[in-house]
Amino acid sequence: MPTRIGQRWAELRQQNGKALIPFLMAGDPDIPTSIEVVLALARAGSDIIELGVPFSEPIADGPVVQRSGERALQKGAYLPAILEMVRQIRRDSEVPLLLFSYMNPILRYGLERFASDAVASGADGALITDLSVEEAAPYVAVMRRHGLDTVFLAAPTSTDERLQRVAELSTGFVYAITRMGVTGAREQLSDAITPLVRRLRACTSLPIAAGFGISRPEHLTELAPLVDGVVVGSALVRCLEEHIQDPAPHVAEMARWLREGFRAQKEAAPKQI
Amino acid sequence: MAKPETAKKTTPAGETGSLGRFGSFGGRFAPETLMHPLEELEQAYRAAQADPAFQRELNSLLRDYAGRPTPLYQATHLSEQLGGARIYLKREDLLHTGAHKINNCLGQGLLARRMGKRRLIAETGAGQHGVATATVAALLGFECVIYMGERDMARQRLNVFRMRLLGAEVVPVRAGSCTLKEAISETMRDWVTNVETTHYLLGSVLGPHPYPTIVRDFQTVIGREARRQILEAEGRLPDLLIACVGGGSNAIGLFYEFLNDASVAMVGVEAGGRGPALGDHAARFHGGSPGVLHGSYSYVLQDEMGQISTTHSVSAGLDYAAVGPEHAMLHDAGRVEYTSRSDAEALEACRLLSRTEGIIPALEAAHAVAEVARRAPSASGQIFVMNLSGRGDKDMEILERELKL
Repeated sequence: MPTRIGQRWAELRQQNGKALIPFLMAGDPDIPTSIEVVLALARAGSDIIELGVPFSEPIADGPVVQRSGERALQKGAYLPAILEMVRQIRRDSEVPLLLFSYMNPILRYGLERFASDAVASGADGALITDLSVEEAAPYVAVMRRHGLDTVFLAAPTSTDERLQRVAELSTGFVYAITRMGVTGAREQLSDAITPLVRRLRACTSLPIAAGFGISRPEHLTELAPLVDGVVVGSALVRCLEEHIQDPAPHVAEMARWLREGFRAQKEAAPKQI
Repeated sequence: MAKPETAKKTTPAGETGSLGRFGSFGGRFAPETLMHPLEELEQAYRAAQADPAFQRELNSLLRDYAGRPTPLYQATHLSEQLGGARIYLKREDLLHTGAHKINNCLGQGLLARRMGKRRLIAETGAGQHGVATATVAALLGFECVIYMGERDMARQRLNVFRMRLLGAEVVPVRAGSCTLKEAISETMRDWVTNVETTHYLLGSVLGPHPYPTIVRDFQTVIGREARRQILEAEGRLPDLLIACVGGGSNAIGLFYEFLNDASVAMVGVEAGGRGPALGDHAARFHGGSPGVLHGSYSYVLQDEMGQISTTHSVSAGLDYAAVGPEHAMLHDAGRVEYTSRSDAEALEACRLLSRTEGIIPALEAAHAVAEVARRAPSASGQIFVMNLSGRGDKDMEILERELKL
């Protein structure tokens, strides 16, 4: 049975729509506020929300997400608290939720326990930044058994052979990294994404979402003909940081502003692929 | 060179496994962006290892530039003072740049040149690896950026200046405990951004495969020389090998050639810091548990939620939350014993070796000296070989402050 993530993609396909996928660090600036932000983002038309699990050594993250993780850890946003947070979100919203983590917190929690508690809490899947496809077999097996999606990253440096393995192990969608480097907003999109998505399409019929460096509606307009969804992380986290006393309305407003980028694309090019 | 059959049994997957496993430890836990570059590094390394011209150039630099072979010095005064074991010191402290780190840096520097990279980046704790990397960058004509925790920059100020004098840019890292762990994270962020032009010259037997194998291989020259030297001097193998263990490169460098010699016991000495509480030491085998940090599965100091602990040691080079995966395997197999000595014991050992032999060890190596001092008195008739992995020049400010002479 498809997860909420899979169901959402099916709906989008029928509507010929694109997915807006915000990333937020769970528990930043604290757990109750973080729940408010997620719910506000869901109401603002987010299609899937990525919930970051903070880790003390975020090697793949730029300074904005690093700071966000530090704030969350100070508020005790460890995996058990985050799963409880997901349970609370589920009382009010069916927005698809993807947990975004590094390997060690999940390993320490226990793979089996993680999958079983994640599904019980109402999470739909996970993406583990530093879990390569080579090391992923035990994790994927456990996640499959519990009906959770496993999203993997595809990078501009990935060979075609690697993309094939990424596609085979991914369910829900594939996350295509637009450029080299760590997470962080950029003014300009990289041109590495076009060839990467073309190569990925040759290996999979799964939806493809692009992320890293996306911060403006124009970026969504530019990417919409190419991909099925767009992940926005650091730009939203920075907005949260700038309005840390009452972030929910501001972050939701930014999500609405970003989503306009898809509308511009639809108007400009109604006969998209 | 063909290894005896048992070599494959003691070090299984690291030799041949595509995932670089040492028993269940090691592996390649890295962001996808780095995965193909790591595959390319592994291929380039295998090709270099099989290329006699590469080996010739490396050996000639090790001899004429770094100063190999290093002496195996019989420390008779220390032995007399302690009573008991006959103690030999493998003098890696006499190498150019003052520590064993140059062995690996020359190897990886030549490898990076062969791969067409123009920029070297590295993390450093005590600054010894940073200095060795900056040295090799100057020698071979690379741009060089060294990441160093702000706290380490303050306590190893002289090495910061040495790196700058050699033409390297030293970038302070201000996160967490501002030590080696954060410096490695920041170097990985640089690498994931600039991997096309840049080689990450990792300084210890840590990180994703193939690093633990590459660094180990470039350091095994220590044990190969020591084995030949002790046989010449004593006509028999030593009873005990002793080395300090941060990431573990000097220790594996000494131990590796002796792993199949069942009569040779080995002890790795971790930093006991100021006490046994989490955060007060860097003794991964006494308070750590298996986990993934910086690309490798090994013993890690972490809390019950899988967050990495801060660590403490008087020696910046041992002040790190994870240990190399091959050591994790050797620990679980019972082949090597791992113990720890405190800050105070290391400082005292520093004074002991300085006064008995006229040799000032680096604070890292002083942990090994402290273990020698503990074991030698009850080891009459035994032969000890200790790796004196670095010299203490860099530590003068700390020693001056701590020893109050």
